[in-house]
Amino acid sequence: MSTDVHEPPPDAVAQADAAAAESAGLAAPEIIANSLGEYARIWAKRVRNGESGALPVILGLVAIVVYFQVRSSLFLSTGNLVNLLVQGAPFILLGMAEVFVLLLGEIDLSIGYGGAIGATVTAWLAFSTPWWIAILGGLAATTVLGAILGTLITRLGLPSFVVTLAGFLGFEGLLIELVARSGHGTGGTIPISNSIIVDLTSGNLTPVASWIVIMAVVVVAGVFMILRDRRRRLSGLVTPPVSVTALKIATMAVAGVVVVLVSNTNRGLATTPLRGLPWVVLVVLGMLMLWTALLGRTRFGRYIYAIGGNAEAARRAGVNVIMIRTLAFTLCGMTAGVAGIVYASRLGSISTDVDGGQLVLFAVAGAVIGGTHLFGGRGKMLNAVLGGLVVAAIYNGLYLLGLQAAPTDMVTALVLLAAVTVDALARRGRRSA
Amino acid sequence: MTTPSASDGARPAGAGRAPSPAALGNAAAADEGQQSLLRLHQVGKNFGPVQALAGIDLDIPAGLVTAIVGDNGAGKTTLIKTISGIWQPDHGEIVWMGRPIHLHSPRDAAKLGIATVYQDLALCDNLDIVQNMFLGREAIRHWQLDENSMELSAKQTLSDLAVMSVRSIRQPVGSLSGGQRQAVAVAKAVMQEAKLVVMDEPTAALGVTQTRVVLDLIGRLARRNIAVVVISHNLNDVMAVADRVAVLHLGRLAAVGPTSRFDTQVIVDLMTTGASTRLRGDAAGSPSADPGNGGSQQSQDNALNAGEAL
Ligand SMILES: Nc1ncnc2c1ncn2[C@@H]1O[C@H](COP(=O)(O)OP(=O)(O)OP(=O)(O)O)[C@@H](O)[C@H]1O
Ligand SMILES: [Mg+2]
Repeated sequence: MSTDVHEPPPDAVAQADAAAAESAGLAAPEIIANSLGEYARIWAKRVRNGESGALPVILGLVAIVVYFQVRSSLFLSTGNLVNLLVQGAPFILLGMAEVFVLLLGEIDLSIGYGGAIGATVTAWLAFSTPWWIAILGGLAATTVLGAILGTLITRLGLPSFVVTLAGFLGFEGLLIELVARSGHGTGGTIPISNSIIVDLTSGNLTPVASWIVIMAVVVVAGVFMILRDRRRRLSGLVTPPVSVTALKIATMAVAGVVVVLVSNTNRGLATTPLRGLPWVVLVVLGMLMLWTALLGRTRFGRYIYAIGGNAEAARRAGVNVIMIRTLAFTLCGMTAGVAGIVYASRLGSISTDVDGGQLVLFAVAGAVIGGTHLFGGRGKMLNAVLGGLVVAAIYNGLYLLGLQAAPTDMVTALVLLAAVTVDALARRGRRSA
Repeated sequence: MTTPSASDGARPAGAGRAPSPAALGNAAAADEGQQSLLRLHQVGKNFGPVQALAGIDLDIPAGLVTAIVGDNGAGKTTLIKTISGIWQPDHGEIVWMGRPIHLHSPRDAAKLGIATVYQDLALCDNLDIVQNMFLGREAIRHWQLDENSMELSAKQTLSDLAVMSVRSIRQPVGSLSGGQRQAVAVAKAVMQEAKLVVMDEPTAALGVTQTRVVLDLIGRLARRNIAVVVISHNLNDVMAVADRVAVLHLGRLAAVGPTSRFDTQVIVDLMTTGASTRLRGDAAGSPSADPGNGGSQQSQDNALNAGEAL
């Protein structure tokens, strides 16, 4: 292959070139492979180097599914699978929130209760305003909370762990106070009075609409990938092999078909059928695409990665590190608001009993299990989705087996430890390479 | 007085390097210092009671490599930090392209075209080569990062410098060798149209091959009429790549002049004692060299003093 940047000058670089070729296994296979076979080889090498991407989490998910299906035949029933998607949505969304700060090498422990505050504001507003004002109000509240924590952390140079731990406690107090003052809280619980907000999680698209929406998403994403490759080819840049892009689009299409087939199967009773894709799946997909575009295609996203990789280098390059970091905490808060509203929508209410600690730990666990590095600089929004599904599957499966909180927490903790260990080992492997 | 181009041609390492037009033009005017890109005039810097720099007069001409050598604590790092805006001098003035300037931050210096290449701190390991080269000045098109145009110009700059051969410029910088990282950092400076590139010990952590790569790159920068200031403890590197050598001793400039006037032993003497009894006369083979200069020790010292005024 000849993807050299130039014709190498004589002898001096020969050895450097060899060293580079050696390490090229770390580059994304799309950009250096010329064929599907080569792609597979480079990808395998990356996995060995600890740059495994989504592979371990997908294998883990398969293992968990097989285990629970063997233990309980209900696990793979269509009703339970759809339930799992809906149940997992708050974990996934909180995980996405956490990705913003994990990419910086920070952590936000407050988003469990932060999200609950967003849900409370939304539930409260829903008594007197249209659903969308209620939702915007809830999101505004969590965005402001995120901005306040972010400002404290970045302007005063305080550790995020401590500041957000204070947020964790403070927000729980604020939640109790808000629910008490709302005048709608009975026994510490505010019901969601607006049926549209409830339908976020309990409403479904019609089966036909489910097909149309999911296929539209696949087609748009596919066309987008093909156009991007075409533009690169026209610019004379190295382009991923057509077969690799085709394989990716096919994978997306298959996943889409499976999700729609499962959700379109009747999961209700014969007399009162229940079919179609839950709305919340679209909420998660929308957030995934939005935040993926933000991280991958804007300066802001690039600077998040740069700061996570080497904050001093970013600063010297002229990046406004303080502003970007503050914004990351702000977006984390906002995304947590979405998660909180989805959570309350599923329960039909928001209560002071919400376990903000468990929620945030599941969120961090999901993001890290999915492949986001705890030390910053590496990770994607998609990681939070895959990891959140793993957490939701454990949660759901153990519930089906009749096991309650204690084993769920312990199993999740073990999976989290395993994920962090893999992460740390991969990091060590990379350093010594 | 020798000319930079003549001294350049006299050294084996510099042989084959085409002196840039500006460097040639510089020769005649060098005595007045008009053409020097950067000029330090009586620059001093104190850290409390420590006099890190005192009375430094130094010209940095475009298109030439100036090596700064000196023992530990001689003030080399302080000197280049002053040039790159990290420290402000306590005395004297800095003249950039004929105008006195005050640098308050590295960003001020970067705006003028003074780029400092740090070996460890300048790159993000998790970003790829293109992303690093454009960090802080990304190209935007239709509200999005314009990856293709950035990749094309990064590729162009790297191939112009002809120093690095990597399989893909989309590989993370963390997977590169020390010399390649150095090359990326330099290419970044070049792409940002730096007129002066300052490097603190660019080869300190590198093996033989990688050192060659970086030294070649430094030579190419000079050929693009960029002024290069290099700190190095490795005198072989200095002799191989530098057009001019400035020796610091205890914060003072012990000597400065074309590399041809020094040899390793002279530099060591100057570094350790601030003076040398074995100073060489004007470069052999230099057309402007006065044959009588090689005679007495006295006139050799004069030649060097004249060099200091360059
Ligand atoms: N920030 C500082 N505060 C106080 N003193 C300093 C500071 N930086 C440098 N010095 C002092 O200034 C003098 C020159 O230091 P400098 O770092 O410039 O030396 P150097 O020539 O770069 O040495 P080395 O070869 O060891 O890197 C030393 O005596 C040092 O102790
Ligand atoms: Mg130093």
